[in-house]
Amino acid sequence: MKLLIIAGPPSAGKTTVARQVIRHLLLKSKVSYFKIDVVRAFEDEELKKEFGIPTRKVYSGDLCPDHTGIMVLGDAIDWAEKNGSDFLIMESAGLCLRCSPYTTEGLGIVVLSAISGTNTPLKMGPMVSLADVAVVTKIDLISQAEREVFREKIKEVSKSMDIVEMNAVQGTGVQYLMRTIDSLSDIDKDKIELRGMAPLGVCTVCIGKKDIGWQNHFGVIRKLDGADYLYRGD
Amino acid sequence: MDPEDIDIREIRILPGTKKNGEKEGYDNIVIVPGETISIVGPTGSGKSALINDIEMFARKDTVTGRTVLVNGAHPPEEYVRDPSKKPIASITQNTKCLADLPVSEFLEMHIKARKMGDVEDVALKTIELANEFVGEKISGDVKITGLSGGQTRALMIADAVVISNSPIILLDEVENAGIYKDKVIECVKRFRKAVVFVTHDPLISLMCDKRVVMSNGAVEKVIKPNGEEKSTLKEIMQTDRRIDIVREKIRSGESIADCWQLFGQAC
Ligand SMILES: Nc1nc2c(ncn2[C@@H]2O[C@H](COP(=O)(O)OP(=O)(O)OP(=O)(O)O)[C@@H](O)[C@H]2O)c(=O)[nH]1
Ligand SMILES: Nc1ncnc2c1ncn2[C@@H]1O[C@H](COP(=O)(O)OP(=O)(O)O)[C@@H](O)[C@H]1O
Ligand SMILES: [Mg+2]
Ligand SMILES: [Mg+2]
Ligand SMILES: [Zn+2]
Repeated sequence: MKLLIIAGPPSAGKTTVARQVIRHLLLKSKVSYFKIDVVRAFEDEELKKEFGIPTRKVYSGDLCPDHTGIMVLGDAIDWAEKNGSDFLIMESAGLCLRCSPYTTEGLGIVVLSAISGTNTPLKMGPMVSLADVAVVTKIDLISQAEREVFREKIKEVSKSMDIVEMNAVQGTGVQYLMRTIDSLSDIDKDKIELRGMAPLGVCTVCIGKKDIGWQNHFGVIRKLDGADYLYRGD
Repeated sequence: MDPEDIDIREIRILPGTKKNGEKEGYDNIVIVPGETISIVGPTGSGKSALINDIEMFARKDTVTGRTVLVNGAHPPEEYVRDPSKKPIASITQNTKCLADLPVSEFLEMHIKARKMGDVEDVALKTIELANEFVGEKISGDVKITGLSGGQTRALMIADAVVISNSPIILLDEVENAGIYKDKVIECVKRFRKAVVFVTHDPLISLMCDKRVVMSNGAVEKVIKPNGEEKSTLKEIMQTDRRIDIVREKIRSGESIADCWQLFGQAC
């Protein structure tokens, strides 16, 4: 089985890109789709209805969605394998700019909307820098000048990035993404690792405790004076 | 590859299939630099799909199954994938400038991304050209977002000509009142660009060197005006100029009572 991990800010066009990819993949493969979101997501129902493929979702609630994705990825792979799928597509919520959900083995796709402002690629941290492919959507809505500048900014983050520009609604440009996807090899579940060092310092804020001040927290804490991180607790 | 190095002698569109899957009837459509082409037809007839084929240099990989060749061959992949190497600038009714920047800074941002020299000079030239297309002049220190629809289109066209230096410009239904269409067409010829207009505007479609008529997703016919339409075109151009005069009067709050007297001089 092959693994695609799609990340990108809210409403960037992740699902729209996934739809185009699924449409191509279904010509000769079986696909399972998995969505991770914070509070609500509808993709699982929509894509199941549209393509008749196995879909699932998980809500991360108080935990960072990328952390949740990391936790559940093993189970998700088992689920997709049980479905007899050739591809597992994971769509992240893309809210946490410190994390990146990409793993070794699978293909990391970051979806960025061309209308989100030309500095966006610079602000997305590892979500962009650790991806294999950057898909730029909504190019149909933006001036040539801004399109070119957007591309320059992605290159600033990662010089060798494979950039695919798409009108994701129409599917123009998807063939270049498909070429990369077609060249993927199968994953080895025992070897998969996170690509980047995720800030895994889970503290009581991360799990939803609302109190103000480090005195009220455990795990990795921080005081104003002395910029070091401290560990408090067992 | 520098945009300057692109030497496009012709773009050739080979037929694909109609919406019903039948083969298209036309032979080849050839576009050469300095030529203007209009694409006409009812909504849903496939005008935008044809433009999209050109933009993507289709290789039987679009809905229409058409093939688009440059100088008789499939163009290099950068032509399609890298907007700064692409010899095509596409401006549609959806295309917007979002950056909240003054006109000159916006253009300078593009010029720098292209790594061109003489940043300020090129920006000035672009604004000058844009101002040939509109009645209400664009000033470099006005915010892009504050321009009128017509001014924005004019600026985008000038940007495509001067900064992108695109040999081919695609304009999908950008008929904004306030753009001097004859000036745009004259400029295209002066700079040896090819322009394809998707349009419902009778004046533009009649002024073009060729008129491609679409129906059911297919090219129905290609009309090359042979002079028979000349008298009609002259009348329509006159009407168009008259409307321009009236529009400017109305915009500046003047009475149009005397406009009919100006009609004679204008044409
Ligand atoms: N015009 C245009 N619209 C697009 C394009 N790509 C996506 N959209 C629209 O953008 C909106 C959001 O797209 P989605 O695919 O739902 O975005 P998403 O990243 O999956 O969103 P979340 O999963 O909710 O974060 C939809 O209305 C899409 O139709 C594009 O290339 N062009
Ligand atoms: N030759 C064709 N074969 C199949 N579908 C087509 C063809 N030409 C156009 N279409 C589809 O028909 C719809 C309308 O075409 P479009 O180009 O948007 O029309 P127009 O711009 O003339 O209003 C689009 O969804 C387009 O993808
Ligand atoms: Mg989505
Ligand atoms: Mg159209
Ligand atoms: Zn995180």
